Amino acid sequence: MEIETVKPEIKTTVHRRRREIWMERLFLFAAWVTLLLTISVLLAILSKLFADGLTRINWQFLTSFPSRRPEMAGIFSAWVGTLYVMVLTAAIALPLGIGAAVYLEEFSHRNWFARLVELNISNLAGIPAIIYGLLGLQVFVRWFRMGESVLAGACTLAIMSLPVIIVASREALRAVPNPIREAALALGATKWQTVRDHVLPLALPGILTGTILALSRAIGEAAPLVTIGALTFVAFLPKSPLDSFTVLPIQAYNWVSRPQHEFHRNAAAALIVLLALLLLMNSIAIYLRNRYQQRWRI
Amino acid sequence: MKAEKSTRWAHWQEKIVVVLLFASASVSVITTLAIAISLGIEAIGFFREVPLIRFLTEREWTPLFEIKKFGILPLVCGTFLVAGIAMILAVPFGIFIATYLAEYASERIRRFLKPVIEVLAGIPSVLYGYFALLFVTPLLQKFIPSLSGFNALSPGIVLAFMVLPTIASLSEDIIYAVPQSIREASLALGATKLQTTFRAVLPAASSGIIAACLLGFSRAIGETMLVTIAAGQQPNLTLNPLEPIQTMTAYIVQVSLGDVPHGSLEYRTIFAVGLTLFLLTLVFNIFGLFLRERLIRTFQRLG
Repeated sequence: MEIETVKPEIKTTVHRRRREIWMERLFLFAAWVTLLLTISVLLAILSKLFADGLTRINWQFLTSFPSRRPEMAGIFSAWVGTLYVMVLTAAIALPLGIGAAVYLEEFSHRNWFARLVELNISNLAGIPAIIYGLLGLQVFVRWFRMGESVLAGACTLAIMSLPVIIVASREALRAVPNPIREAALALGATKWQTVRDHVLPLALPGILTGTILALSRAIGEAAPLVTIGALTFVAFLPKSPLDSFTVLPIQAYNWVSRPQHEFHRNAAAALIVLLALLLLMNSIAIYLRNRYQQRWRI
Repeated sequence: MKAEKSTRWAHWQEKIVVVLLFASASVSVITTLAIAISLGIEAIGFFREVPLIRFLTEREWTPLFEIKKFGILPLVCGTFLVAGIAMILAVPFGIFIATYLAEYASERIRRFLKPVIEVLAGIPSVLYGYFALLFVTPLLQKFIPSLSGFNALSPGIVLAFMVLPTIASLSEDIIYAVPQSIREASLALGATKLQTTFRAVLPAASSGIIAACLLGFSRAIGETMLVTIAAGQQPNLTLNPLEPIQTMTAYIVQVSLGDVPHGSLEYRTIFAVGLTLFLLTLVFNIFGLFLRERLIRTFQRLG
């Protein structure tokens, strides 16, 4: 009698357990399918790009200006423009970013201003790139009368990448152990001397890593520069920061939006060059990060 | 004497430096103000000529044509259509990946997969556009012959993989941060690992996962070059993903590339559209950040 009442319970437990195991397998299967799909999309993007564009890359392509005829066209003005904008962006964003991070980490008290800035930074990081483009168009191109120039583009990209640079720099500063500050202060150094001579040099590799990653994000982005009026057909190299310019992603966009297949090949080739540049920057960032970790062990 | 001089110099230097550092910290606040002012001024100019009610209720957007209509609805609809398609894919994918990485994957697999997914976030959006227009659209056309060359479906699908890293990594962070005590309590009551994951850990992290999706959505509606290249340039009040549409961002690009004189009404339209986009993303961002911060604080309290 007793056995008979227990039996169905055992049955349902076994049944449940079995269902449980199947559900777990189903979940793991779904997760793996999703991951495989994601990785295959990544591979599909790269193989499509290289299949279309790799054979188009040659010396002529790298050293020619854009042209109406696809086989004569090249990306000389685009890659020079990209490098120019990038260097200028770094020159503007790095001091501002480090300054803001040092202020927030080392000098500010936990007051309303620090909280306001923090709130602002997390909000700014979520604003679409094209809105920064409109800001650049209005403030730098019109109000500061920079025109549709390399300088206006660099200012726009600098403002756009600042939030990321500040967050990365703050993390790097926070990683510097406190005894280093205390030792310097105990020897009579002022707060700024401590930061300048001891904290900043130790945090610099981390700061540079974050900055390079932020810059590589910024130069791959075409939207803000389209808005401030970077051109799509530039048959000269920018000589001063006030010259007009184009960059690789905009040149690629221009070619992709034409109907002829030959221009699509050009776009693919331009994008390969852009990817190579991004890869180079990311490698430098990873190299710096590894060196930085080694320094801490000593 | 000399020592005193150098101390005084150090003292002055200190003051100047603090002012300079304060100034650079203020740049972020100034940026926010500058965005509000620069969008606002031109948008006010726009709304002087086109009443807000027309902007919100007209059903056509043709500011560059002879007969001008200024209804933002088609652009908003196009934007939400593409972003919606992206979210249908990216939300389940993101949650699967995040749950797997945080609860099931070994440290080695985690270390390998996280950077691979991050790579998706580093690909320039023009390249995503190239892929959508010249690979995904032709591929889809084999199955759906009525699909036009520009459409919302193909960039929507590609956009899903673009925002996937945002949703997956933000969700993974928050699932990973669920206090161990919650898992232990569930396991101690005899729950299996799967039950613990889906009935204890994920519910505990749910508002953080919603936050990740909101932030991903805000990124999706702000995405520009991908939708400009692959979705078309036709403001179209439709929910049919097979037709060409235009998003708010694509309209701004279209006008920026054209020869629209500064100060004209057409020029001002991009600021009115920009302001709309800015306010939309701001709402999603603030709500997302608020949910996330609140949950992180709760987790910290629970230890």
